[in-house]
Amino acid sequence: MFEQQRLSEIAKEREKWEKKTVPSWLRINPERKREFKTSSGISIKRLYMPEDVKNLDYLGDLGFPGQFPFTRGLHATMYRGRLWTMRQFSGFATAEQTNERFKYLLKEGETGLSIAFDYPTIMGRDSDDPVSRGEVGMCGVAVSSLRDMEILFDGIPLDQVTTSMTINGPAAMLLAMYIAIGDKQGVPRTELGGTTQNDMLKEFYAQKLCIFPPKPSVKLVTDIVEYCAKHLPRWNPISISGYHIREAGSNAVQELAFTLADGIAYVESALERGLKVDDFAPRFSFFFAAHNNFLEEIAKFRAARRLWAKIMKERFKAKDPRSLWMRMHVQTSGCTLTAHQPVNNVVRVALQSLAAVLGGTQSLHTNSFDEAIALPSEEAVTVALRTQQIIAHEIGVVDTVDPMAGSYCVEALTNEMEERAMGYIDKIDAMGGVIAAIENGFLQREIADSAYKYQQEIDNKERILVGVNDYTVEEDWVPLKPLRIPPDVEAEQLARLQEVKRKRNNAKVKSVLNKLHDAAERDENLMPPIIEALKAYATLGETVNVLREVFGEYRELIVI
Amino acid sequence: MSSQKRIRILVAKPGLDSHDRGAKVIARAFRDAGMEVIYTGLRQTPEQVAETALQEDVDVIALSILSGAHLALFPRIMELLKQKGLDDVLVFAGGIIPKEDVPRLKEIGIAEVFGPGTRTETLVKFVQENVLKGK
Repeated sequence: MFEQQRLSEIAKEREKWEKKTVPSWLRINPERKREFKTSSGISIKRLYMPEDVKNLDYLGDLGFPGQFPFTRGLHATMYRGRLWTMRQFSGFATAEQTNERFKYLLKEGETGLSIAFDYPTIMGRDSDDPVSRGEVGMCGVAVSSLRDMEILFDGIPLDQVTTSMTINGPAAMLLAMYIAIGDKQGVPRTELGGTTQNDMLKEFYAQKLCIFPPKPSVKLVTDIVEYCAKHLPRWNPISISGYHIREAGSNAVQELAFTLADGIAYVESALERGLKVDDFAPRFSFFFAAHNNFLEEIAKFRAARRLWAKIMKERFKAKDPRSLWMRMHVQTSGCTLTAHQPVNNVVRVALQSLAAVLGGTQSLHTNSFDEAIALPSEEAVTVALRTQQIIAHEIGVVDTVDPMAGSYCVEALTNEMEERAMGYIDKIDAMGGVIAAIENGFLQREIADSAYKYQQEIDNKERILVGVNDYTVEEDWVPLKPLRIPPDVEAEQLARLQEVKRKRNNAKVKSVLNKLHDAAERDENLMPPIIEALKAYATLGETVNVLREVFGEYRELIVI
Repeated sequence: MSSQKRIRILVAKPGLDSHDRGAKVIARAFRDAGMEVIYTGLRQTPEQVAETALQEDVDVIALSILSGAHLALFPRIMELLKQKGLDDVLVFAGGIIPKEDVPRLKEIGIAEVFGPGTRTETLVKFVQENVLKGK
């Protein structure tokens, strides 16, 4: 980027500055810490200089937005054209209450839906399963059958919105229900837009909501990828997620590396199925966290895009430019929210969101400031959405593409993130891939180590959390009433489920479930029989149980 | 108990949620503080928690839950512990538990409820002081 002669002149001047100016200043004003480090342990320099990016090749490493390697953004004009999708993850209690929240958010300017399911649903259990007791509607909306989904989308035309579903183990079942709703509304399947998270690999070592063992889990993931490639051209069959890896305690480099390693595994699995890379890769999407270290996070997003584009081009020989795109959704980091002085979380969320926008995200969820205490109240979620709108409309960062480019520090960090992530990916490849790295506990241990280190840093005050280990107050000011899930939710949900079971054609249900069982044993793509089963009002639990019989259940590998 | 015997602590994760970051971090902290830690993984039913406590002969149970199902699950755990004659085991809880639920949990015998932001040192000290008190 710079002429050699100019670089050596600058280096000479830097030396002078370091020998004269810095020491005399330090004598009176010592630095606050011996070393300044990012979450990933990258040592941050006092000053970044042209020499820190002297090997940066503008055309090769940065290029133009909308062109390989996409460091500067996926699209030519980025937010000057279309802003990112403002997509608030929401769901609680019954389908009726969540439907109301969806409509409220759409009215307030949200541009896409994102469903949070309750734990029984996520684990493929009906609301009336004994293990669901006390959990129905608590952390998300309860969906046990197509009936619940019909209520959830009542009055929301599926050709007007896109919907993201945070669902993994039973992703095929929830997608089947969404397709069924589309069919009922008369929306052609080719027009259904949205995302199923459907990233099982990270479940085994990060989010840990697993139903089946790894191999059949990846088979189901690939069934969805294949089905969508053929029938749902606007659907993102998978959202390869670093978010949960980060929330489980990893640092930024690990989040980046493990997510891309998972992505590689899914591409390989689809190729093994006989699909062509350019037939499915354009619909792969990604999901990252925006944590507290502002500069490191921006570097992470930029490095992620560049690294994925290189992997797709060089390793998998993709030709379609869209196969090289890392389209990403970002959520601000839930684990950085504090229960102490919760209003401070508004500021954390704003800064994390700003990093995501400066990192060039396609879609954003902002956490609500009361989320370390309860599910978001309506007031808190409104502030969260307004935060995005303020960044979009008031502060000017969207007026030019990739404004952080060319910062010596950000470019140096972007390079460093890429390099370190690639180091991990090579290591995982050498182990035999992600499944091997899960089975030998490597990924779990890496995350647990980072999580413990983070907590120790907080405990010994190396890491200051405002309001938690410094600047504390006697009594925290909590301005709002936290959302409480009404106690009658479980009873209401059970009554509805009973009614579904009474009214449906039970002989038909039995026959479609048998059909699914046979298809699973024959190792066919299971999407068609799953769609048929759910359309006949087989419940989520009944459908998942058929596959539990064939595939078996996953037993957690415990790594402390 | 004699001061020679190491404290045995069960870190238990009832409920369907999978947020085990906190449980694992405190498990390590207790281990580093010299205690014998038993961690049995996610989604333990009340029956499993009580049975493990009995089999492992623990002095302390640390319950971690973030799913909101504490009011449904904790009373059952406490009842089962009583049935098994484990009334003297020190039980405390952590996770996302609303303040207004704390009195109810204390009524059923949960010694303390810790929220997010608690230092691991505070927990270690709490266990050391209270486990000795009961014996």
